[in-house]
Amino acid sequence: MECVFGLVGNGFAIVAADTSAVHSILVHKSNEDKIMILDSHKLIAASGESGDRVQFTEYIQKNVALYQFRNGIPLTTAAAANFTRGELATALRKNPYFVNILLAGYDKETGPSLYYIDYIATLHKVDKGAFGYGSYFSLSMMDRHYHSGMTVEEAIDLVDKCIMEIRSRLVVAPPNFVIKIVDKDGAREYAWRESVKDVAVASA
Amino acid sequence: MQIFEYNGSALVAMVGKNCFAIASDRRLGVQLQTIATDFQRISKIHDRLFLGLSGLATDAQTLYQRLLFRHKLYQLREERDMKPETFANLVSALLYEKRFGPYFCQPVIAGLGDEDKPFICTMDSIGAKELAKDFVVAGTASESLYGACESMFKEDMEPEELFETVSQALLSSVDRDCLSGWGGHVYVVTPTEVKERILKGRMD
Repeated sequence: MECVFGLVGNGFAIVAADTSAVHSILVHKSNEDKIMILDSHKLIAASGESGDRVQFTEYIQKNVALYQFRNGIPLTTAAAANFTRGELATALRKNPYFVNILLAGYDKETGPSLYYIDYIATLHKVDKGAFGYGSYFSLSMMDRHYHSGMTVEEAIDLVDKCIMEIRSRLVVAPPNFVIKIVDKDGAREYAWRESVKDVAVASA
Repeated sequence: MQIFEYNGSALVAMVGKNCFAIASDRRLGVQLQTIATDFQRISKIHDRLFLGLSGLATDAQTLYQRLLFRHKLYQLREERDMKPETFANLVSALLYEKRFGPYFCQPVIAGLGDEDKPFICTMDSIGAKELAKDFVVAGTASESLYGACESMFKEDMEPEELFETVSQALLSSVDRDCLSGWGGHVYVVTPTEVKERILKGRMD
């Protein structure tokens, strides 16, 4: 049910994820942020088992920060992606993490990149990627409308098209999405797409 | 769900006159869904030795990293490249180490041995070697590949003719297999040069 997708544009990479935290038939919350800011120029969008998702992405985040502390320079996106794959691969035959990851980053030398990392530690560098049931819709939309070197406006338009498609065609479609972007100025939240807002609690 | 058919793959290696060709498809899938159409299945170990890994992509990546590491260590100690026969033994040993929890991969090894004699072999996921004088195949399209290669193979083909033969055998076989395809990647290796070519076939 969790929808995560992303694409690479002209000098930036964008990822979008749904924001519902679901247990069986119950929606615990609909503003759960599943895209973690790994470091200044990297985003990790994760989907899968909620405990594993939070634990694993935090583990990666802290190790990426440790590398920077020890060595004085940050990891490249490719290095971070390979490190993540290594951790998933090592754990695979002992205590596997059920987390699917899209790692988006911007490097000064190589520009923006997006890495698809499966829960069984399959790593592949892609221009567009998606996980979950939503991928059946978002990948097809991106196959149709994506071209290399898209501007931010074109990319957001495509992301919105994908969200519209997921909302209208997926039976248990998540109502809200968060969109984050990473470019030369860093990784940051771009927008939310909310169709259901949590009811504000009346003060006692 | 068959583990060897999770990602989909097709690999073939063929012997020519003082040369060999190794070819693979380019699809990376997750069962019925195609994730990427530019996946590299064949890796260079050294200028005269190529390794193709079919089967589960995560294990192929892990195995490749381990083998590259072992070969680099060998190069440091012995101050020379590994012979293809030696490398095949190494792969076989590494696979049998995991006899009761194997890597779900079928490797295809192709190289030029002493006196530029081409060497090809394949093995199953637990390291049972199959040497062949003419061709070896692996992957989800292996049955079609056996048929295509058997009928198209001729002894002592020159590099150009070998390229044509391998390409036709690969493309016609993957067209009958839904889990492999989306083009082809062919390496033709002679004692003097390595020619890498991308094939465009039925893109489905």
